[in-house]
Amino acid sequence: MSGGFPLLLALALPLTAAVGIVLTRRHPDLREAVTLVSAGLLFALVVGAVWPAVEAGGRPSIVLVQTFPGLPLMLQAEPIGVLFALLASFLWLVTSVYAIGYMRGHGEKNQTRFYAYFAIALASTMGVAFAGNLLTLFIFYEILTLSTYPLVTHSGTDEARRAGRIYLGVLLGTSISFLLLAIIWTWTLAGSLDFVPGGLLRDKVSSATVGILLVLFVFGIGKAALMPFHRWLPAAMVAPTPVSALLHAVAVVKAGVFSIVKIVVYIFGIDTVAGHAASQWLMYAAAITIIVGSLVAMTRDNLKARLAYSTVSQLSYIVLGALLANAWGIIGAGMHMVMHGFGKITLFFCAGAILVATHKTKVSQMNGLGRAMPITMGAFLLASLSLIGLPPFGGMWSKWYLVSGALEAQQLIMLGVLMLGSLLSTAYLLPIPLRAFFGRVEKHSQAEGIREAPIPCVLALGLTAAGCVVLFLNPDPFYRLMAQVVLQ
Amino acid sequence: MSGAGVLHHLPILQVLVPLLAAPVALLLRRGYPAWVLATGVSWLVLVMAMGLVRQVLINGTLSYELGGWAPPWGIEYRVDVLGAFMALIVSGIAAVIMPFSRRSLAAEIPADRSAMFYTLILLCLTGLLGIVMTGDAFNLFVFLEVSSLSSYALISMGRRREALTAAFQYLIMGTIGATAILIGVGLLYMMTGTLNMADLAERMPDIAHTRTVTAAFAFIVVGVALKTALFPLHLWLPNAYTYAPSVVSAFLAATATKVGVYMLLRFSFTIFGGLLAFEIMNLDRLLLVLALLAALYGSTAAVFQTDLKRMLAYSSVAQIGYTVAGVSFASLTGLTAGIVHLFNHALVKGGLFLVAGCVLLRIGNVTIERMAGLGRTMPWTMAAFVVGGLGLVGVPATAGFISKWYLVQAALERGWWPVAVVVLFTSLLAAVYVWRVVEVAYFRTPAQTSDAGVGEAPLSMLVSVWVMLAIMVYFGINASLTTGLARQAASGLLGTAL
Repeated sequence: MSGGFPLLLALALPLTAAVGIVLTRRHPDLREAVTLVSAGLLFALVVGAVWPAVEAGGRPSIVLVQTFPGLPLMLQAEPIGVLFALLASFLWLVTSVYAIGYMRGHGEKNQTRFYAYFAIALASTMGVAFAGNLLTLFIFYEILTLSTYPLVTHSGTDEARRAGRIYLGVLLGTSISFLLLAIIWTWTLAGSLDFVPGGLLRDKVSSATVGILLVLFVFGIGKAALMPFHRWLPAAMVAPTPVSALLHAVAVVKAGVFSIVKIVVYIFGIDTVAGHAASQWLMYAAAITIIVGSLVAMTRDNLKARLAYSTVSQLSYIVLGALLANAWGIIGAGMHMVMHGFGKITLFFCAGAILVATHKTKVSQMNGLGRAMPITMGAFLLASLSLIGLPPFGGMWSKWYLVSGALEAQQLIMLGVLMLGSLLSTAYLLPIPLRAFFGRVEKHSQAEGIREAPIPCVLALGLTAAGCVVLFLNPDPFYRLMAQVVLQ
Repeated sequence: MSGAGVLHHLPILQVLVPLLAAPVALLLRRGYPAWVLATGVSWLVLVMAMGLVRQVLINGTLSYELGGWAPPWGIEYRVDVLGAFMALIVSGIAAVIMPFSRRSLAAEIPADRSAMFYTLILLCLTGLLGIVMTGDAFNLFVFLEVSSLSSYALISMGRRREALTAAFQYLIMGTIGATAILIGVGLLYMMTGTLNMADLAERMPDIAHTRTVTAAFAFIVVGVALKTALFPLHLWLPNAYTYAPSVVSAFLAATATKVGVYMLLRFSFTIFGGLLAFEIMNLDRLLLVLALLAALYGSTAAVFQTDLKRMLAYSSVAQIGYTVAGVSFASLTGLTAGIVHLFNHALVKGGLFLVAGCVLLRIGNVTIERMAGLGRTMPWTMAAFVVGGLGLVGVPATAGFISKWYLVQAALERGWWPVAVVVLFTSLLAAVYVWRVVEVAYFRTPAQTSDAGVGEAPLSMLVSVWVMLAIMVYFGINASLTTGLARQAASGLLGTAL
């Protein structure tokens, strides 16, 4: 119960940034500097202070307040949380660079509000990552929902308002009616909400109760976008692109699947979940989401909508990995959080860059863009290949472990689903760069004058695309973190 | 008089100070000095209530003999943890609302009546504090009438003519309720020859099975349910809260119905005890059903309101349902949930009615449609509405979450699944009706150009609103104090009941 001060700092840094952003609202350059500096500091903090401690086997923790008698609000770092925090804090830094180019290039209004809520969302993401018990996790999970609402509805149009309604309706609806119920039930059963290695509920409750609770937890975490509770994610695409990129490809959705992984590992324990009838049914739900999500993605002409359904589909890989509930499945789930994060954020960065540079949003309009924006479309191609799971890109590793997990659990149907999913992702992703590079251009006048997006945008998307390659060459740090959880 | 001497007299001072200040406020005649007096008194009363809580926690239940006459002959003031906690709620709300009232009233009632207003609200405060202090059943009825009569008059001071009808409606219903309570108390006196609550409780087991006592119990429960506005006896509430001056709506919503629940607890647990209330009369089942209906009906009705204050009033009907549901479990966790919700909801709903007061001051209307664009013109007020609204929904890190947590836990402990589901479902309905307002305020542009020039509410009002909500958020994050007190109060009630 000590050494948790860096965790508190990880929460306080983005919050302080939010205050700083509001205070410096009259000086946009200074305001953006606040964001960049705090993002940099946060990443340095996670890498420098939290990661080594956890890597060495420590579990730094800190109690914030005693919310209920015997049930505190507390932070604790453990490997999966560190992995998530590393991912989110690094990509916040990159997104901040990108956002400067995007928001100014696109002439968005209310930028101060935008950056401030962005920082608060990151603070709650850190809270989710370092939550020391289920109560803390739930509190930050809900704050994350609420703090991203103003970002989703940023434009203030009727469409944004409707999208915001779906966003809040699904996320609050699932979390209040299922997740909260499951958490309070767990509390009455176990008298504790701590994350216990091996499982808090292990050998404490009947198999039937485990089944109901598991279903409540998995569907209650609406941020994991398991069908039929996925509608909020495509709706959220009405937000400015940096929001879609960081929050709806990384922070928010990963907070969902992260919670599921964490609950499977620490609340139920993988031995309890493995082979349980409920987890078998939930796997089918995940499989359906993978396939149907991909199929819907193929039909979407709007680029961001296509990417959103791709995310819906890809998230279920992680859910599936968690439900396989063996070492490879969990490792695969954790790795896929990282690999999908890097790949998908790159794709969204590209979508935003295209929007800023050409004001085009539809796949069918992208013929010939490859010549005008070679870096952007090149990055798009690399990230697509990584998502599909081809070498030499990071996405290969997570697919590899997920497939191993399915084999070990003898889930041959799931194996087939994973394969089919990859195939389908090829079908909905690759046509876009192919069109851009080789598609026929109808009128020459249209493509003229199109250039790469502002430098910060290009820099950011180049960086994350390069990240996909680096992760292929060196996935080891993340593997080690995940292995610490399941292979003691 | 020494310091210890004053401390000893706290229970009576709690009642006496506002009672004596009331006529003085009338004599002052002008609004401003009366306001200063009332504010000062409310703060003094709050300090005394804090002292009482501290004393009760250290020394246990306090007994104060009025005029030195020993109970059961004389009137006894008996303050346990529950009573002190209630006094804290009532006086705390009064202390936050008083600073708000000056600017708000200036817009809502004629200046020559404001001294009268402060007299009445001090009397109302006296009555409510008296109810929670006294250990005498008849004395309780007297204070109930003091608070009720003053609140009828307060409601009738509303700006619109409908306020008169609303006050009349409440007068009729409230009088029926008070009469029922009086009949019940009379029957008890007939059977036992005593009016002292502790004394009554002692004699109760022997006579619990007689028809007279069960009749007394029925009268009292119906009367109290009327005052509490428990569904289906809530009919007076929406009109009363809608048409009363904003300050009065805030004050009554945050205190009067809470004191009603207190009476329910006091009568059914302390006086009648678990045997009669729960085994013979099956009060738990009756209350649970009514409470769930209240939660469903109130939340659903709130979704369809076009007037902000009426919406909040129907939400109150639902929230009373939550509290009574907690009470009906008659378990430690359930009672804790109910009692802590009294505190939490007082802050939430008090704060929200104050927000309505700010809106009314600036645009002269609280029709939800007219609130378009307020997110921009009154940012602090509407931000307060969002925070309060989240408290109503029971989002984590607000006090509403704490109540919901305990309530669901209590239901699960008993294995009553449907109850937990209703609680969670109605909190989703709360999200719907809160969000309707948020969307209008933030996403719609004002229809009338005159509304575009609306400014932020005055600082004195905003401070009150935000103090209330800040306390609400604080006790949503760190609920040790409130849940600790509620738990002690609950175990006190069960200790006397079981």
